[in-house]
Amino acid sequence: MAAVPKAEVAKWKMVSCDPDKCTGCAVCEYICSLTKENAFSAQKSRIRTMRLHPLINISIACRLCSPAPCVTACPRDALKQSEQTGVIMIDDEKCDGCSWCIEACDYGAITLHPEKKVVRICDLCDGDPQCVKWCPEEALDFVTKDILSQKARIAVAKKLFKEAMEASGVKA
Amino acid sequence: MLGYAGRILHVDLSSGKTWTEPLKEELAKKYIGGIGLGMRLYLDHSKPGLDPFSPENPLVLTTGPLSGSMVPTGGNGHAFVSKSPQTFGVGEAKAHGHFGTELKRAGYDGVIFYGKAEKPTYLWIDDDAIQLMDAKHLWGKTPQETEDAIRKELKDYYIRVACIGVAGEKLVRIACVMNDKSRACGRTGLGAVMGSKNLKAIAVRGSKDIAIPNKDRLLELVKQQHERMKGPAARKYRTLGTPENVLVLNALGAMPTDNFTGAVFHGADKISGEYLNERFVAKIIGCSSCAMRCEHITVVPEGPYKGTTTRIEYEPLWAMGPNCGVGNLDAILKGMDLSNQYGVDAISIGGIISFAMDLYKNGIISKDEAGLELNFGNHEAVLEMIKRVSMREGFGDILAEGAKIAAEKIGKDAAKYAVHIKGVEMTGYDIRGLKTAALGYAVSFRGADHNRHGAYGPDVAGKVNRFKAEKGRGKLVKETEDLYTIIDSIIVCKFSRGTYFKGFEDLAALYSAVTGIEMNSEELRVAGERINNLGRLINIREGLTRKDDHLPWKVMNVPIPDEGPSKGSFVSQEDLDLLLDDYYEVRGWNKEGIPALEKLNELGMEDLAYIVKDKLEHPEKSKRKIKTEE
Repeated sequence: MAAVPKAEVAKWKMVSCDPDKCTGCAVCEYICSLTKENAFSAQKSRIRTMRLHPLINISIACRLCSPAPCVTACPRDALKQSEQTGVIMIDDEKCDGCSWCIEACDYGAITLHPEKKVVRICDLCDGDPQCVKWCPEEALDFVTKDILSQKARIAVAKKLFKEAMEASGVKA
Repeated sequence: MLGYAGRILHVDLSSGKTWTEPLKEELAKKYIGGIGLGMRLYLDHSKPGLDPFSPENPLVLTTGPLSGSMVPTGGNGHAFVSKSPQTFGVGEAKAHGHFGTELKRAGYDGVIFYGKAEKPTYLWIDDDAIQLMDAKHLWGKTPQETEDAIRKELKDYYIRVACIGVAGEKLVRIACVMNDKSRACGRTGLGAVMGSKNLKAIAVRGSKDIAIPNKDRLLELVKQQHERMKGPAARKYRTLGTPENVLVLNALGAMPTDNFTGAVFHGADKISGEYLNERFVAKIIGCSSCAMRCEHITVVPEGPYKGTTTRIEYEPLWAMGPNCGVGNLDAILKGMDLSNQYGVDAISIGGIISFAMDLYKNGIISKDEAGLELNFGNHEAVLEMIKRVSMREGFGDILAEGAKIAAEKIGKDAAKYAVHIKGVEMTGYDIRGLKTAALGYAVSFRGADHNRHGAYGPDVAGKVNRFKAEKGRGKLVKETEDLYTIIDSIIVCKFSRGTYFKGFEDLAALYSAVTGIEMNSEELRVAGERINNLGRLINIREGLTRKDDHLPWKVMNVPIPDEGPSKGSFVSQEDLDLLLDDYYEVRGWNKEGIPALEKLNELGMEDLAYIVKDKLEHPEKSKRKIKTEE
């Protein structure tokens, strides 16, 4: 597999969930399955929610890894990663549902379609992810990895700012 | 008929047989789903006069037509219906979370349980595969442990579970059915009915598609609801949550304290929604499909109950707090957590303990009898009593019968201190000075409850003179009742009620968009009225009469003592009679509260006329008082 040029990877945008904002409502699953399958079904959604504890909620879709372990793991060359968007494209003719890719994915972002017996991965709705649009908490974002790290920097700076203000007796 | 799964699962726990029958479209249209469909299925599959704990008494579980869909708050509901071991009339309760979604995905509008399993059992619904599983190892476990254990043994984390705790196993009459660990079908004691059947849990996995007739039409409505839910109509639930009521009701002199002795709590600022959110709320989470999210998850930061993590709402906060004279929020949160772990109605448990405290204060029970110093404000005693009631230990065994039956057993003047209606303990509105609400509570078919009518609304908002009983209140109560039964039958969350700007019209639009059955607002309103009459008919069949549309003794005999706007207020017999007469008239019922045949015909309920015919023709028979059996 040819390596994807690094400059391209930096432009890829992915669906990212902020667990601080996620409430576990699964609206993302509803809108995803409706968009892709014309029916409501959690199993057919390309994004899945996980509530491990009332305080721990997160929704997970494809992380656009590069190189992508799922692509490497596929014994039938059914998966390809788009250089332009990072989306994992599935060749339904080649995929036989063997699920090696599911095992290779560290994030549980790949699911087996219960009827078609081929795998399904988030395709970012051609650049307009519906889950991001419909998330009532704005917990989902469609961002490059650079913006993700920027957001983390803002969050940590805010925390430090608050601590500093509290230490000086001012309520931030 | 989309939206509906189109079938009902029947489970005979005695023989182990299970079968499905199609859901008739006519029944679906007339009784919608949730509590409406559940009550109709209950009526059709039960005999009159059963003991609630007898194997013959069926337990009905339903989903709503919107369950499984993306309709915000509507996608996840379910309800239980049976004969209540507290009211001996119809018992019903609904809950949200994720369980109802999954049951619909498995393909069921309802499940009817008959008989009694020989040994502890749980039902495993895996789409079309139905199995009765051994639950011996789950007996005695908390609902939270039970859910974890079932997910582990069936090896799927996404399995959803509704189950009972120890209180349900021990037939505590206020036992609830818990789902998704922190949600409860709380009221009227249906967890005890489940326990009487040796049914510990219902586990579900569903993989069927929920299809809808027209994607664009539905999404437009969902978008509208999402926008409204972000606006002022849902502000309360998204911010402070229902504990916002603490300061609001306290200022009105409408928050009962010490078992409906006073109506103003001193120290309310330390149990307020404001204080709770500042100090305890760690996160607010949501149920499946919800765009509001209201579930305030609190963590106790320090002290003896440090680390306690629980959901809290106003009602249980009030019940175990001010109503027991307790102003320690750490302890109230611990009490909430314990109630969930034992599986008891967290409102009624507070009502029962406050009742016991009142008996203690008035010398009707001694410390030796109670086993504890049951002074108002003794929060440690409250926590210990939650355990003793749930486990039926010592004096808790008597209290586990509920305030009404316990009072009958204790004798003396105990009944005066049992603050209940139809055997169900009161909730946190002081109806001595909220007289529209007083009527709503008195006529509620499931006993004392704010959720059957919401009639405190016009009182609290100042739309009516809340201290006055007058004609016209009957109409107000009827209107909110008809809307509330639809909310519980179509199953959307009561907290979302303010987002249906056009009431029935908005709800009918959602119903039609999901099911493809075109229904207008008037048809839905009539369905709401029909379901209210159905609740009444079941109660009439079980022997309840006008006398059961009563108010607690204290509400009618102890005027509010606190200085402030409500001082001196109470509901007299004259008030109550006037309110009931007005309400019955608006409902098209006779003086005894029995629906006239014309009313039943008008509502398309001719088939149920047999329940009232004899009583209408021989009115003296309808005055029989209901016999509460044990």
